[in-house]
Amino acid sequence: MTVTEEPTVTAGAPAKEVGQPRKRKEDTRLITGRTTWTDNMVLPGMLHLAIVRSPVAHARITNVDVSAAQQSQGVVAVYTGRDFAEEQGSLPCAWPVTPDMVNPGHPSIAVDQVNHVGEAVAVIVARSKVAAQDAVELVDVDYDQLPPVLDMEEAIKDGAELVHSHLESNTSFHFVFDGGEAGAAGNTDQAFAEADVVVSRRFVQQRLIPSFMEPRSVVVQPQGDNYTLWSSTQIPHILRVMAAMVTGIPEHKLRVIAPDVGGGFGGKLNVIPEEILSLLVARRLRKPVKWTETRSESLMTAHHGRDQIQYIDIAADREGNVKGLRCRILADMGAYLRLVTPGVPILGAFMFVGIYKFPAYRFECDGVFTTKTPTDAYRGAGRPEATFAIERIMDELAVELDLDPLELRRKNWINAAEFPFTTAAGLAYDSGDYEAATQQALELIGYDELRAEQRRRRESNDPVQLGIGFSTFTEMCGLAPSRVLGSLAYGAGGWEQASIRMLPTGKVEVVTGSTPHGQGHETAWSQLVADELGVPFEDVEVLHGDTAISSRGMDTYGSRSLVVGGVAVVKAAEKVVAKARTIAAHLLEASEDDLDFTGGTFSVRGTPGTGVSIQEIALATFAAHDYPEGIEPSIDAEATYDPVNFSFPHGTHICAMDVDTETGMVKIRKYACVDDVGKIVNPLIVEGQIHGGVAQGIAQALYEEAVYDADGNLTTGSFVDYLVPTAADLPHFDTGNTVHEAPGNPIGAKGVGEAGCIASTPAVVNAALDAVRHLGVSDIRMPLTPERVWRAIQEGGDGGDRATAGTTAYGGAQTETTAGVSTDASSLGGDR
Amino acid sequence: MSQISVRVDGVSYSDDVEPRTLLVHYLREQLGKIGTVVGCDTSNCGACTVHLDGEAVKSCTVLAVQADGSEVTTIEGIAASDGTLHPMQKAFHEMHGLQCGFCTPGMIMAAIDLVGDNPDPSEDEVREGIEGNLCRCTGYQNIVRAVQQAAHEMQGTAAPEPTGAQA
Repeated sequence: MTVTEEPTVTAGAPAKEVGQPRKRKEDTRLITGRTTWTDNMVLPGMLHLAIVRSPVAHARITNVDVSAAQQSQGVVAVYTGRDFAEEQGSLPCAWPVTPDMVNPGHPSIAVDQVNHVGEAVAVIVARSKVAAQDAVELVDVDYDQLPPVLDMEEAIKDGAELVHSHLESNTSFHFVFDGGEAGAAGNTDQAFAEADVVVSRRFVQQRLIPSFMEPRSVVVQPQGDNYTLWSSTQIPHILRVMAAMVTGIPEHKLRVIAPDVGGGFGGKLNVIPEEILSLLVARRLRKPVKWTETRSESLMTAHHGRDQIQYIDIAADREGNVKGLRCRILADMGAYLRLVTPGVPILGAFMFVGIYKFPAYRFECDGVFTTKTPTDAYRGAGRPEATFAIERIMDELAVELDLDPLELRRKNWINAAEFPFTTAAGLAYDSGDYEAATQQALELIGYDELRAEQRRRRESNDPVQLGIGFSTFTEMCGLAPSRVLGSLAYGAGGWEQASIRMLPTGKVEVVTGSTPHGQGHETAWSQLVADELGVPFEDVEVLHGDTAISSRGMDTYGSRSLVVGGVAVVKAAEKVVAKARTIAAHLLEASEDDLDFTGGTFSVRGTPGTGVSIQEIALATFAAHDYPEGIEPSIDAEATYDPVNFSFPHGTHICAMDVDTETGMVKIRKYACVDDVGKIVNPLIVEGQIHGGVAQGIAQALYEEAVYDADGNLTTGSFVDYLVPTAADLPHFDTGNTVHEAPGNPIGAKGVGEAGCIASTPAVVNAALDAVRHLGVSDIRMPLTPERVWRAIQEGGDGGDRATAGTTAYGGAQTETTAGVSTDASSLGGDR
Repeated sequence: MSQISVRVDGVSYSDDVEPRTLLVHYLREQLGKIGTVVGCDTSNCGACTVHLDGEAVKSCTVLAVQADGSEVTTIEGIAASDGTLHPMQKAFHEMHGLQCGFCTPGMIMAAIDLVGDNPDPSEDEVREGIEGNLCRCTGYQNIVRAVQQAAHEMQGTAAPEPTGAQA
């Protein structure tokens, strides 16, 4: 049933695995249903958890009556926040972005107060999942309601209702990066004072929900005073450290396993209340427990992403040379700070300048508490927000100056000859060629023909207008140099670990600390090791995701796996070869210096026919009958790699969009992108990552939005209302690559996981605006629903918030503060 | 409790089930057919798609008692007994039509049904045909390629030239 194929062989040289479109090793189990999702796990005596969740956004808990639930059939125990108040600690936030950042603490289960809809207030433990679920309805909680806090611009004002009454305000932190003060750029105020033109815009990055396909699931098995925790997580290593610190279970008594994990996109980069609660219940009852969420629970309580209000000012001279950029950001933290909640907008702080040579740059960000689900990492984490802002404002500046948007970009972007280039945000961009990627993308999409068609349709006053939008982007990834993370006050390093075990039969086990959840590490790492050791691709097994097997790791996020984790694998392989060389020299009775190593075999230079393979050396070392004095009988090795710089993938994405001016319906006609992600290890996987990323970026532009009503209820709480796009909602993507290897990276790779998602959103919105700008439209709020587009065309403005947000269609009576029935200028609200 | 008799992936079972038990929960929790998964609670995602008497159904929309007397085929029952993959499984592998793989069982089961109804679907027909199945990883493009390739293999004809720039 295993499906494999031979790599192409160039005559005279060993076949290189790196660069081959290898079909994935992972697929065999996934296409046959022989999977190990956490929810598949069944243990003897296992109990099932169900969580009673707050139906209100903001309230004091005055009483919790669990007596009826306790009597329910099959129920073993019911716990409230009071039961765990002394031992639950606080969920961790690893990123205090300023020294005076305010963290209110994050209980796993509410004790006195709930601060968002969906917060846990009681835990049912029962012999079956249905028994647990049945008892949820029997718990009676009395709430003394407080006003919800929903609007960031209101929440930061003096006298605003406080989310956390023990804090002085709803502001968690005020973070400032000033390029001038950092020595990376000039004075921003002066740049703006002297500029010919200043364009200012307010952009809204709507709240999104990561929407991984596998709902989260946790299993805990206590064994004596040891615990094994299975979780559908991206970060088993980080989870182990954090869960140990939160619960007081000693770290060496806690083993964490991430088995098959069905997607994450940042959404499983956290320590979640249910992981802690499962540990606490298992510790109390000394029984294995399982919790698996429903999709509705997931959408309501798994962390959300984005949710920023961006005030962007750009300064330029008349000729279109940019002079300065000023960004003030309100970032919605939600009710609590989770693992990297405050760090997400700060990752973006360094990307707002994009690929352009700004002489001055200033960034300020307030982290704001609201009574909503906490936000945290979602694919791109801060960089999509930054890329959207810069790529949108560049189009606005082009309009202001009456310049072609591409010409404005060309005038200001870093030229290929100027790398490495240190930006006004202080980052040293490594390599690339923005012109080359752009040229290739223009050809791919058939740009000249599309522009000609656009002119024809404009002149004929076609009701369906065509627009073309660009995004010429870069991002920082390969998270991250540990010292840089330290300087940003992040709680950990950014290294990655790998080890290689040479088995007696010559097979190879590769242990990686970078835990995958769909990215294909098992395949790509096998390709790397096959080349380094000269062993067959099929002879390599990649192990991951279990802290008892992979003892050290920093896991998978931030497009770091290949760029950091892959390099650790290569470094470990180099050590294996070096150790094997010593033994080969001994076995071949030759000097190490006289040995060649090609195709997995050591041979004595100039002596044809001699040779010993590294797989034979593995057996010889296992037997250990004959090896040099003074060394250990092992060629196993491990390596920890700490990157010296971020890497900077870049690319040009172009979207051609039909906009029906009569109905507001938008449809992507063509989408082309050329990405430079450095060296490509597996083109199949790279293309797949781009497709998936672009799809998620388009989804932000066109479909997805987490909507809260005036009372703080999530009205997009199921896949009926939260529109993850289907195959029919998305276009065909034409993709291509340029390759400029990352000079600081031993593989030459730059990272690809987030590129598509970071790049695509502004290209789509710019395309829609390009289609209707001549009708007086200068902005449309995301997602570009037909209603918003129609409103923007008919009424001006940006189409306003989701007009039906307060209607019964979205879950309840409308109150006057319901987020944006329409813009002020609108006379056409929803059902009022 | 109600008693039901079903054949699942070629094996006959007689079991007592609660009348409210969904087919997907019966498959997973009573029969251990964990290849079929639950991705949502509103029948939007299609991850739980199986064949009920040869027709693709979302097994979260069917009560186990409704399957009484029926033949159910899951992702675990479509490969040949010697392990040879179904053409649709093979095509998903070859076209890189999956990443995390959670939607894959349902997607494959829906796609087999689609090709049964329309042996030579166009790209648009594939996209419409799998509209009831959500994938968050792939952007669907390689799934579309896989379905078209499998359709041709199932018909014994050559697949069309892939249309991607990097195909």
